[in-house]
Amino acid sequence: MEFRKDLFASERNEDLNEVGRPTQRQDALGHVTGRSRFYEDHAMPGMLHMKFARSPHHHARIRSMDTAAAARMPGVVRILTADDVPKRVHTLLILIGLGPDDEPPLAFDKVRYRGEPVAAVIAESEPAASAACAAIRIDYEPLPAVFDVEEALASGAPLVNEYHGRNWYDYEGHDYQKIRFGDVEAGFRAADHVIEERYQMTPIEHAPTETGGCIAAPDTAGRYVCYTNTQALFFSLETASRILKMPSNRLHFVGGTVGGGFGGKVDSVHEPLALLGAMLTQRPVRSAYTRAEEMQVSSPRGAERIYIKDGVMNDGRIVARYARIYCDAGAYSRLSPYGAVKAAAHMPGPYYIPNVWVDARCVYTNRTPSSAMRGFGVTGADFALEVQMDKLARLVGADPMEFRIQNAYRDGDMKAHRRVTKNAALIECVQAAARLADWPIGERFQAMSSMRDGGGERARIPATPPPEAPARRVPAAAPEAAQAPLATMPPPAAETRSAATPPPRTPLAGAGRRMSSLLGTRRR
Amino acid sequence: MSHLTLRYRLNGNERADLVAGDETLLSLLRYRLDTTSVRQGCRQGTCGTCTVLVDGEPRLACITLAATCEGCAIETADSLPGSGGLHPLQQAFMDHFAAQCGFCTTGMLMAAKALLDVNPSPSREEVIDAIGGNICRCTGYEPIVEAVLAAATAARAGATPPAAHRHC
Repeated sequence: MEFRKDLFASERNEDLNEVGRPTQRQDALGHVTGRSRFYEDHAMPGMLHMKFARSPHHHARIRSMDTAAAARMPGVVRILTADDVPKRVHTLLILIGLGPDDEPPLAFDKVRYRGEPVAAVIAESEPAASAACAAIRIDYEPLPAVFDVEEALASGAPLVNEYHGRNWYDYEGHDYQKIRFGDVEAGFRAADHVIEERYQMTPIEHAPTETGGCIAAPDTAGRYVCYTNTQALFFSLETASRILKMPSNRLHFVGGTVGGGFGGKVDSVHEPLALLGAMLTQRPVRSAYTRAEEMQVSSPRGAERIYIKDGVMNDGRIVARYARIYCDAGAYSRLSPYGAVKAAAHMPGPYYIPNVWVDARCVYTNRTPSSAMRGFGVTGADFALEVQMDKLARLVGADPMEFRIQNAYRDGDMKAHRRVTKNAALIECVQAAARLADWPIGERFQAMSSMRDGGGERARIPATPPPEAPARRVPAAAPEAAQAPLATMPPPAAETRSAATPPPRTPLAGAGRRMSSLLGTRRR
Repeated sequence: MSHLTLRYRLNGNERADLVAGDETLLSLLRYRLDTTSVRQGCRQGTCGTCTVLVDGEPRLACITLAATCEGCAIETADSLPGSGGLHPLQQAFMDHFAAQCGFCTTGMLMAAKALLDVNPSPSREEVIDAIGGNICRCTGYEPIVEAVLAAATAARAGATPPAAHRHC
């Protein structure tokens, strides 16, 4: 590996003791000797196994469920349904101070994606638990399902998630996360060329070699221990504490070694229910995805569809960008609304564009809920906008490397989401990549620097047409909702007040903050 | 399901265990004998994580019936370190950053050992072929291939391999 200490030397103290030097991983010896302990290596005597009865339908009303025959099967110790879960509806978003609660750990009234858990069987062995799951009788009434983000937004689409009342996430009264910077219409009028392209990305499964899971067990003094392969130990602890309505100091979470995560082990789906099982049986309970469940049920990187319309000048400057982003959350929020915000903020890419308009929607469909995966939101946006950059370069006859250098952010530039660029390095990265790839670039571009020619006029927030009022907001009683009535299901507001669910949650320290404030600014 | 007494050698030790006819080698080693270095990745013969050596041949323990191993010598990663310390493969995996999350590592080591035991001077292509049934989701495989080649060189020289310190 090459260390280019000549770059940005003035921004760096030469007091680095570790950077640039090889350091052995602290867990390497355990890994090569097989002594590293993964959660499953904490198996305990008397341990029970939990498996789930899962919905075979993408969208259906649950008319009735009969667990009596399953409960009598050999080895079955306990069956859990939604009535056993202290907090029946929850959202991961509360971890960043946002709502609404929209997902039941075990479904009741309705299932919204294929594979959604409806009941959990705890048994002496995994095969016994699986056999009993198959013996649970659930009477479903299939409902029309929707799998495409734009179809989900069309009038008359089936309503996926009643807790939102509409098929998209509400951003502070707006049905999409917006970026408004300058005047894109004026930019398109001034441009030499305007092109619009459509991009889409399928869901992507993390496929860790170790599937998600945990072992929960009674500890002493009314406490419970949970060995888990979560990537986010304190997220999972808090999620379990909320769903179980139990103070977190009664839960001892032990994590550490994770057999591949990539964002796929932050949703905390195993821990709350395994702990509940341990509480109700007073025995250790293991919950683990099979490989098939990991592929079908665990949350993937969400699908995205992105339209980008750009205005570009013959001299290579991009002068306007209008982007519409549709992030497919699947049936529940998980962390997708946050991903859509990142997608919106990232849409200009690492490029200075004086006029930018972005609408990013987080859309609910009857697909598997999507959530975190390595830069989620940004990755799909990057795919779209970098392919777009190649198309724009071709359109004006520019070299793709030079075209990127020309349009790159420089220190001091104002970004479309109102953050000032600091520590920009794209120009130097492209120059270094071109050199390593023997890709000739012109002297003019070799001489450019992230530390020069930024700011000034480019530091200004350009005149921006006044923001539209949140007029397109659709009330909870949307026509879509009326088309798919669910007599047994109270409207979302009533659900949070019902006796079956807890009193309104205490807001976290950050509750009520704007989603956009979560993006932060990179600091040195 | 009928049971039978399975006589075999596990990492050099003679054993006799009562096994069910439908019991897999993975179930026996990992879940009954607590040989936790044998890891379960897919339980359907697709990921290679549970690779062990049966009479020197790499086998997927999750789809091998224990009862078919009568009289066999079974080796897991626990057998790798010798009297002089780590096996050259283990040292090379450390030096080349070939173990990241560590979950595929023991299976990968056994697949590589099966190769080096019969072919001490493998080509790059032969290494890639030997670990072709083992999935790693972290490293992108390149550090693993480098580690196996370095271990072969070191084993031929009769010493532990020099640290290459590839960092990506």
